[in-house]
Amino acid sequence: MIAIVDYGVGNLFSLSSSLKALGLETEITADAAKLRAADKIILPGVGAFGDAKAKLDATGLVPVLQEEAEKKPFLGICLGMQLLFDRSTEYGEHAGLGFVPGQVVDLRGDLEDKTLKVPHMGWNSLQIVKDDPIFKYFEDGEYVYYVHSFYAKDCLPSTLGTSQYGNVSVTGVVRHGRVYGTQFHPEKSGDAGLRLLRAFAEL
Amino acid sequence: MLAKRIIPCLDVKNGRVVKGTNFEGLRDMADPVEMARFYNESGADELVFYDITASAEGRGLFTDILRQVASEIFIPLTVGGGIRTLDDFDRVLKCGADKVSVNSGAISDPSIIGAAAKKYGDQCVVLSMDVKRVGGQFRLFAKGGRVDTGIDAMEWAVKGVRDGAGEIVLNSIDTDGVKGGFDLEMLDELAARVDVPIIASGGAGNMEHFAELFTHPGIDAGLAASIFHTRQVDIKDLKRFLRERGVEMRI
Repeated sequence: MIAIVDYGVGNLFSLSSSLKALGLETEITADAAKLRAADKIILPGVGAFGDAKAKLDATGLVPVLQEEAEKKPFLGICLGMQLLFDRSTEYGEHAGLGFVPGQVVDLRGDLEDKTLKVPHMGWNSLQIVKDDPIFKYFEDGEYVYYVHSFYAKDCLPSTLGTSQYGNVSVTGVVRHGRVYGTQFHPEKSGDAGLRLLRAFAEL
Repeated sequence: MLAKRIIPCLDVKNGRVVKGTNFEGLRDMADPVEMARFYNESGADELVFYDITASAEGRGLFTDILRQVASEIFIPLTVGGGIRTLDDFDRVLKCGADKVSVNSGAISDPSIIGAAAKKYGDQCVVLSMDVKRVGGQFRLFAKGGRVDTGIDAMEWAVKGVRDGAGEIVLNSIDTDGVKGGFDLEMLDELAARVDVPIIASGGAGNMEHFAELFTHPGIDAGLAASIFHTRQVDIKDLKRFLRERGVEMRI
């Protein structure tokens, strides 16, 4: 069973539908016992970092996630990926979960071409920089769907895939140990996204 | 870099897809779920559903359809039509919509833009505008393009973005249904005024019209209905055609 962490952030309809479409058993849960029993865990998220982190802290699940992330494949999606890092500077400085070394910063600050729109929203092609089982069914350069204004940096050793936006190499996929993260939404990235999720489910 | 987006638009009334010409004389076209599947397989980058049903019964039917589409098709879905309150946002988001488009609802209560952006994020709020030239001014129209609000459309867009709209759909009533090409003059004016993504709507008649549209750098997406619904233009062919002309496309 794949557990989707329910901490009151974002709409989980598409994520759970996409896993169901792949024939995978899933459960949206905030129950520590279920997270411990799950084969894999997905941490979703949309919205602002500080708010989401506060909500996640309030569930009391952080120590459970910390333990489980060392034992089984774990995937953070979009803001769920950003939460994996050490810290973020979105509306002040916030500590993250620290599962993946690196930090999350404002994309606008690093873009040289100020006419580029932020949020970075839409389909961008993902370049594989380090091969990994997560790309088992994914071809280099396929397009994935992004919606975000902040991005992860100083995480090169963990970076598996990037997308180019102006001068910035947007961190698209990371892995540190058993913890994976995708900045884009695989559940909204059409067939290519479903294939990434399938590969995650097979880890 | 980001690919330009090709977006089919499905106007849904009482559970069926319809498309009018200049907003009048609707004719029935097809089943929305079937069409969504077809477009997903054809390479559409996003789908827009407008609920143009008036009755509560039709609304219920629409949310069922939306739920069914969202559980099968994994590309972004934008939903509009009759969105007036945060409850309306909530209702369609729970059925699997990713973005919600407001039009007349924002005209009667402009605070909905800011309230929705605060609750769901800017990226979730799409400001859709029906615009027509009146006395040398780009004028905002309400109620499906029937009522002249007297508001300057460009100022309305600037204010909407300031309040938190994350994207704008600009539908030119002057070019809608005519199939003579997008309203580039109107679109350029908007692109000069706002820095959020702009989706061009109204006027697509052939593949060249999209190629012409994407030579205008401020435009992120092209939206059309009837030319796709009638298969006059195939999205796969269109995307190949545009890529050959140097437009970045997800294929």
